[in-house]
Amino acid sequence: MSKPVVAIVVFPGSNDDRDAAWALGALGADPVLVWHAEAELPPGTGAVVLPGGFSYGDYLRSGAIASLAPAMGAVRRFAESGGPVLGICNGFQILCEARLLPGALRPNRQLEFVCLDATVRVEAADTLFTRRCQPGQELVIPVKHGDGAWFVDDGTLLRLAARGRIVLRYTEDVNGSLGNVAGVVNESGNVMGLMPHPEHAVDPLLGSADGGLLLAALVDAAAEHALASA
Amino acid sequence: MKATVLVRPKQGILDPQGEAVQASLRKLGFDVSNVRVGRVIDLELDDGEAGARARVERMCDQLLANPLIESFEIRLDNES
Repeated sequence: MSKPVVAIVVFPGSNDDRDAAWALGALGADPVLVWHAEAELPPGTGAVVLPGGFSYGDYLRSGAIASLAPAMGAVRRFAESGGPVLGICNGFQILCEARLLPGALRPNRQLEFVCLDATVRVEAADTLFTRRCQPGQELVIPVKHGDGAWFVDDGTLLRLAARGRIVLRYTEDVNGSLGNVAGVVNESGNVMGLMPHPEHAVDPLLGSADGGLLLAALVDAAAEHALASA
Repeated sequence: MKATVLVRPKQGILDPQGEAVQASLRKLGFDVSNVRVGRVIDLELDDGEAGARARVERMCDQLLANPLIESFEIRLDNES
């Protein structure tokens, strides 16, 4: 069987696109970089990654300008047809601005850029993205961001948590994120965003391989989606 | 026609930037009880006033403000 194609959308200012491609390639995917001006995803795309970085210099609000890029129209159609989409850091911000995920990412509470190995707890292990994890499992995955404080109104947080859509929480407060939320999934379960960088945690030599659990699950999901759409 | 959009962090939403500015003002000896930091966007449009306000509102809804965390106010300037 051929390797599943994972499209990685590259915006001006993305800087983790090649790391994501390397990690996904190491986990058995065929990563393809897609320039943001493209109106279509490559044929046979099984999953999409929106990588980390500082698209458009974070002008206006992080992710706001990128959410309107031509490639995002294709990503929206792909998501609406059930395709798995993972937004990492700036990708999470873009998905929130595109209203494909609930909430907004605001400047860190401490007004400082955070760069550390964060510990996150798996709150929902029955999603496409966390099914290689155990419920309650703690993962060590690096974070590096200035706008990581996720916000929704209190009612929405309770509703999302009750429906198992809060996927990851930091085990301690790293940025003022509401409820220490580090990652959420959409209602259909095929679009996830998270602030930590799983692509930087796929090899024990670099401190942790825990991110590989999430990315390998994405590669599985890409293979399944490509097969189902073939 | 010129329009100015004032974008503010919504009431009740924590504004760490405003807090930092407030702390610095206090260091300078200014006793300020609250500071909120927003954004000003100046626009130049070809529309008449009626069309302009509706258009700028749509711009705010779709891009200039994030309704979840920000409120906006539109001021139209007919004189220029």
